[in-house]
Amino acid sequence: MGKTKVRKMLFILSKATIENVYAAFIMANGARMEGIESEIFFTFFGLEAIQKKKLEHLRVATVGNPAMHIPTMLGGLPGMEALATKMMKKEMEKLDMPPVGEFLEILSDSGCRLWACKLAVDMFHLKKEDLIDEVEDIITIGDFYARADQENTHLLFI
Amino acid sequence: MIITIKQVDIKVNDEGYLTDFSQWTKEIGKELAKENEIEMTDKHWEVISWIQEQVAANKPLSIRGIKKSGVIDIKQFYALFPGGPLKVSTKIAGVPKPKSCI
Repeated sequence: MGKTKVRKMLFILSKATIENVYAAFIMANGARMEGIESEIFFTFFGLEAIQKKKLEHLRVATVGNPAMHIPTMLGGLPGMEALATKMMKKEMEKLDMPPVGEFLEILSDSGCRLWACKLAVDMFHLKKEDLIDEVEDIITIGDFYARADQENTHLLFI
Repeated sequence: MIITIKQVDIKVNDEGYLTDFSQWTKEIGKELAKENEIEMTDKHWEVISWIQEQVAANKPLSIRGIKKSGVIDIKQFYALFPGGPLKVSTKIAGVPKPKSCI
């Protein structure tokens, strides 16, 4: 079907900060739009992006993030993260970037397959019900490698 | 670049997108679809018309826009235009390839 040399892109999302989550989503969606298969494996903090109760409350990191150009001490003040997040979301909306929940729906409808990491799910004491319905299954890293075991497949850790 | 479809010379860019929309006809759309192994149905044409309307109204095309279009949902869109639906459908519609990343 697709004529691209890259056949499949597999993303491992291990972080819950907005910039990392969107990086994974935009690349995974972009792959589908180019006719490339794509899948995302949510592990560790990345699991926040697929938890029903948490996914709309992801934030930008204001501490330890030199690109914010604010002193680290100020970044730690109460409300700073919320403010920076609000500003970033406003800019994203201007570019017609969908919120996290809608983006996940778009990805799923586009044929991007979503997986949760079993070890991380166990560690955070989560159940399948805590995760959005678009998540296909809770799998091990071995299962995920098996999905990568094809020619012209790339893995990307975010 | 010039390509000939049904004895008509059509101006296209390096990627095969029409550069002059006034040259577009349904016949040409059909031939461009064939090159992408797509047999056009009424639903395909409905989407193509919607895309042309959006472009004429200067509205950017995106996958989110498709979701909100009311003409087709994303799953169907991928099924009708396999191998990169926005890329393929805009080529058939005779409009420029969308520059959006989303």
